[in-house]
Amino acid sequence: MEDSTILTVERVSKSFGGVVAVDGVSFHLEKGELLGIIGPNGSGKTTLVNLITGFVRPDSGKVIYQGKEITGKMPYKIAELGIARTFQMVRPFYQLPAFKNLIIPLYSPRVKKLRGGKYGERDDMAVDLLEEVGFERDSFVPYKMAASLPHGYLKRLELARCLALRPDLLILDELFSGMSMSEVASTLPIIERLNEGGLSIIMVEHRLKELFRIANRVIVLNFGRKIADGPPHQVMKKEEVKAAYLGSEGET
Amino acid sequence: MTTSILVYGLVNSVILALIAMGFSLTFGISGVANFAYGGFYLLSGYLTWMLLNYLGLPFALAMLITVAVAGLLGFLTYWVILLRVRGIALSEVIATFALGAGMLEFFRWMGFVTYEFTLPCFMKGRVEIFGVPLDYQRLFIIGIGLALVIFLYFFTHHTRIGLSFRGIAQNERTAISLGIESDWTAALSLALGSAMAAVAAIAILPLGIISINVGYDVLLIAVAVGIIGGLESVPGILIGSLILGYAQVITGMYLAPEWMMVVYLAAIVLVLAIKPSGLFGKFKELEERV
Amino acid sequence: MSVRYRKERLDRGIKARCEDIFALSSYREMLYLLLPRVLPVIALLSLPLLKGVVGLYWEKVLVVTCAIALLALSWDLMASVGLVCLGQALFFGAGAYLTGFLNHSFGWPPFLTIPLGTLGGALFCTLLLLPVLRLRGIYFAIVTLTLPLLLARFIETTKILGGNVGMSGLSPLPGIWFELYVPVVALLICLFGFRRLINEDYGLVLQGIRDNDRAVMSGAINIYKLKAQAVFIAGVAGAFAGAFMTHYYQFVGMPAFALDYSILPLTCAVLGGVGSFAGPTLGAFILVPLSEILRAFGTLRVVFYSTILIICVVGLPEGIFHYIQRKYHQFERLVEVG
Repeated sequence: MEDSTILTVERVSKSFGGVVAVDGVSFHLEKGELLGIIGPNGSGKTTLVNLITGFVRPDSGKVIYQGKEITGKMPYKIAELGIARTFQMVRPFYQLPAFKNLIIPLYSPRVKKLRGGKYGERDDMAVDLLEEVGFERDSFVPYKMAASLPHGYLKRLELARCLALRPDLLILDELFSGMSMSEVASTLPIIERLNEGGLSIIMVEHRLKELFRIANRVIVLNFGRKIADGPPHQVMKKEEVKAAYLGSEGET
Repeated sequence: MTTSILVYGLVNSVILALIAMGFSLTFGISGVANFAYGGFYLLSGYLTWMLLNYLGLPFALAMLITVAVAGLLGFLTYWVILLRVRGIALSEVIATFALGAGMLEFFRWMGFVTYEFTLPCFMKGRVEIFGVPLDYQRLFIIGIGLALVIFLYFFTHHTRIGLSFRGIAQNERTAISLGIESDWTAALSLALGSAMAAVAAIAILPLGIISINVGYDVLLIAVAVGIIGGLESVPGILIGSLILGYAQVITGMYLAPEWMMVVYLAAIVLVLAIKPSGLFGKFKELEERV
Repeated sequence: MSVRYRKERLDRGIKARCEDIFALSSYREMLYLLLPRVLPVIALLSLPLLKGVVGLYWEKVLVVTCAIALLALSWDLMASVGLVCLGQALFFGAGAYLTGFLNHSFGWPPFLTIPLGTLGGALFCTLLLLPVLRLRGIYFAIVTLTLPLLLARFIETTKILGGNVGMSGLSPLPGIWFELYVPVVALLICLFGFRRLINEDYGLVLQGIRDNDRAVMSGAINIYKLKAQAVFIAGVAGAFAGAFMTHYYQFVGMPAFALDYSILPLTCAVLGGVGSFAGPTLGAFILVPLSEILRAFGTLRVVFYSTILIICVVGLPEGIFHYIQRKYHQFERLVEVG
């Protein structure tokens, strides 16, 4: 394993009751790279994320992270190694204030090891993190109940939940879906800044325009198979990709 | 010796399967663990007894009425109680558990505990099978068990209601969007489960006396078979019953009959340690539902 | 045109109150906050002193109430982690039998057997339930319902630990004050300890597991370890109740696994209000004395619990405690709607 590769996915497959969701997908991710994963609905993007993060056990194939095989390990072990992910469907702890939502990852052994934390200190860390993703510190927003926050804030809360782990690899599963144009516009620089800070990021995304602005490389999935891999605009010129996206390209 | 183990093991397995089927059917379709199952089972027994002894109805009619009443009560249980707490697992579990315990203890208080409470056999007498004497009632039980399995298979694979049952079991949301009424189906599943408890009760209770503890035992059996074979899976229930049934008969023959219940505990603990979701369980330990 | 009204709820006048930050400025406000916490403590501690007034029989009821309240607390703690337990008798029985065994076989004094029985019983239950913690949904409820019944059968059949006769003639507890104050103090420790625990970050994580276990897992937290810890902590409370009652009755037998010890704590918790710890305690102090009064009805009492359970689950899901709390902290008024 050369040092510059952080994640290698080797021919992973998964089928659910006869339907092949992911079919022998292989790719790798360099350190500090921002990789986009795109594809039409039902092409297996989220399943791929679940396979990497251990929420679904692959039928075959290998996932190697920082030179260690993590295939089929428990999700919390994978998270502890530094892979953080967002969920497509946000389900925060609604009856808690926004900043208290971050206590849970901050309580993990990984964070304790990296930066300590006692009762009370975690609250400060949480508010710092929320400021990082654009919750106005001096307003009431970080202290409001999660249930009363608008969707865009919840998505960013989800992002902050991941950042709380101080991850080495961040996987964003359709972070932008359901966000308004202005919310996307204010979140994009945050991701760019994280990436410039050396964080490797995988983004599963439907909003191609915004993704292509920041991604170094994209891979395209269709019916669970990888059909293209390369710099964004080169990939989109491929006939197969065009065919896969025909009719759905207009949405973005 | 060997043949008698084979024959009685089979009978025992069918009894277990008959008991467990209603419970797992309801659970598989609607996700409701009907802890009132033992209550329904015993209720059916007493109801038949009362219909026979107080009203003097013919046995066949009493059976039909009992099965219908049990089904209706199952339906009402859903419509009156469970519908209001649907989706809150905690409340569903507590409500059915309370209902079952309440029913059984009510019977105990009513004094249904003496030896007079027995149901008649369908037909008296016995035959010899491979040199093993077997009474007709046990033969009937095997027949009823087989008939129920076949009926269930055709019901779930070839009728509209059955297909909608399977639809709900597999993906409730999609099923709803396709016009299958989730509540109606769940209520029917409860009704069917309770009716099957009644069938099992009428077939099995003639073998012994009706007592309150039978109600708890029935729930234990249903749960034990479910845990071993995997709840909600029909082949799992069959295999689970075979394993338990034969294990019981063998311990009964070589040790002592009262060790049979210990077999349950041992089997449950063993299966939990090896494969907690049951041998054929579809319970995903970690399967993300997106 | 009839005038229509809408009910409006307003928080009572604490001047600065933002979630959990209070700024107090007067004795009135201090009392407002302290009374609901201090009064029950004083009441509980003074109940044993009424020995001469109410008679020994009702002091016995107090001990039983405390034991049931402890079981209800342990149920509530497990429910906070999302584990619905239908067999609290498992903890009670495990603690009771271990204590009885240690005393009966080795003749160890209660000072030794009660702590050992408590910890050992909790450990035994945790190990027994460990595999089930990996499964989601109501599987846990199903298994916990079965285990106490099966363990009772197991003891009956194998005739170990006294079989269906049980073990009697165990050492009595030293003195009436010990008998009365130990359960009361244990109850207070558990009540306030659990309340504190659940408000700590640790408790927050536990509740997180109940609400969304996937999010907690993706936060690099081993939820199975935490669940096991929660079961153990809850088990300590439950097993203590069993261990204490063994020496109190100077007997342990099959009734330790009886359905009563499962369904009564559950009813207390649901009646009093799930998730507050104070609710289950309140529920126990309502239900247990009530069921003593109804003792003449025999097993009809279980029917009575069941009815309460169903009514509460369907009709009063918040429970008595939450209702009282709301009335205490908020006042309601009718507002005209146009």
